[in-house]
Amino acid sequence: MENKIERKGQVIFSGYKYGEGIKKALKLSPQDILFELRESKLRGRGGAGFPTSTKWMLTAATLDPEKYLICNADEGEPGTFKDRVLLTEYFNLVFDGMVIGGYTIKAKYGILYLRGEYKYMVPDIEAHLEKMRKDNLLGKSILGKEDFNFDIEIRLGTGAYICGEETALIESLEGSRGEARNRPPFPVNRGYMGKPSSVNNVETFANIPFIVMKGGKWYSKLGTEKSTGTKLFSVSGDCEKPDVYELPWGTKVSELLELVGAKNTKAVQVGGASGQCIPKSQFDRMLAYEDLSTGGSIKIFNESRNMLHILKNFMEFFVEESCGQCVPCRVGNVKLLEGTEMLLKGEFTFEYINKLKELGRTMKIASKCGLGQSSPNPFLSILENFKDEVFNQGMEE
Amino acid sequence: MLISEKQALTERVGMLVQKYGNSRSALIPILQDIQYNFKYVSDFEQQEVARLLDIHPVEVYSVVSFYSFLSPNIRGKYIVRLCQTISCELSGKEKVAKAIERELGIKFGETTKDKKFTLEYTNCMGMCDQSPAMMINEKVYANLTPEKAVQILKEVK
Repeated sequence: MENKIERKGQVIFSGYKYGEGIKKALKLSPQDILFELRESKLRGRGGAGFPTSTKWMLTAATLDPEKYLICNADEGEPGTFKDRVLLTEYFNLVFDGMVIGGYTIKAKYGILYLRGEYKYMVPDIEAHLEKMRKDNLLGKSILGKEDFNFDIEIRLGTGAYICGEETALIESLEGSRGEARNRPPFPVNRGYMGKPSSVNNVETFANIPFIVMKGGKWYSKLGTEKSTGTKLFSVSGDCEKPDVYELPWGTKVSELLELVGAKNTKAVQVGGASGQCIPKSQFDRMLAYEDLSTGGSIKIFNESRNMLHILKNFMEFFVEESCGQCVPCRVGNVKLLEGTEMLLKGEFTFEYINKLKELGRTMKIASKCGLGQSSPNPFLSILENFKDEVFNQGMEE
Repeated sequence: MLISEKQALTERVGMLVQKYGNSRSALIPILQDIQYNFKYVSDFEQQEVARLLDIHPVEVYSVVSFYSFLSPNIRGKYIVRLCQTISCELSGKEKVAKAIERELGIKFGETTKDKKFTLEYTNCMGMCDQSPAMMINEKVYANLTPEKAVQILKEVK
């Protein structure tokens, strides 16, 4: 495998000197940092888009002296590989962001939850953490700040997509099956080991040093009003230049397609398997929390692709990755997969397909966690947006 | 199993518990360590871990059976995992899969008789820009073609 170099961007790929952000942050008070963060309107980059400042404020406000800051690097959404790039080439940013986070919410322990598939990164990351400890950017009394102790531990995932959901991630850290918890209580009140914990995405941390150095105002000017800043898009599929791109929020799908050299594009899957699939007629929509919200996965399909094959692949993925805890998700995904296979063969009744659509909508409401709430998305959006193709297949012979 | 073998296993599990601690949160690191060194977690080891962490063996089995990177059954020395998710699927996973099956003489989900290779599918491993991709134990190989995949397997052999 290889990683390409020379990426350009307005924030994360704009260049950064190691340790700079921490030095600036320690001159400020945690309240100042929270204020800048609120000004920046930074929202979680894992996909859900929860305001980072609110999460940190809630964790900072708890009185428990034992708190945890967890970096969610269990990147499992099909088509997402930005964390791989960040953690192999830009880990400076991620770990500086974590130290600043630890200072802001007054946590002593940081945990990097790295997916098992990325185990090969561990030696490099360990070496970097060791270097940070030597430079007094990690460990006891960081940069001479007496009561600020913070260290980061790496914990490996074990090959479960569901562990990207924050409560399932915490369950897994505690040594259990990765099954999502009921919320409330939220992890900011009762998370890892029952202690207040803030779980943030790798990319969220990578933004923090820049917000601290350049200010929240500067950051909020990028992107759109509701989605500030830039986003890393992991682009793959039928295009000339698949890679990670940093673009401001609000970029149109068509602009992105042009940038990556996509030709004869029929459909774009925004947000990975759990996202939605849009046809050509909607390519002028924006990538932003208020329109097409995404954790960064963009998959491009050209005219030669069969949408039902793609849908089948996604549904197989969900059947395999559902943790099996709640009925709507465990059974629902199997039924949607069966429905897809019926469509492929052309052996279906419209009445049954309409029932399945209803089932999909029920799953979105009734499932316990984000997996089951979003897994019907590809089914519903492909059936809606590619009606002609989907219903005519298997009918021809 | 011989008594001496059992004792050796108990001792080894004991050492792991010393290394990672005996709290519940140490369970997965302990199991990962066993899996990494021995490619599977045997029933006896599961019972020993349960005893030393003071939890029910069923709890340990529930964890081993949940995670796809932990296995209660014997596996090969090299676990070959080919990505089956959409990008890899669209860029020729099927041909690579056939080539690997022919080369190793086993189907997906099986282990070779000499316990050297286990072949299985995995879901997206974050190499979509360089698909198709596979992992052999911890190592990742990308931009595969049938010839390249076979070549890599030959080198591993």
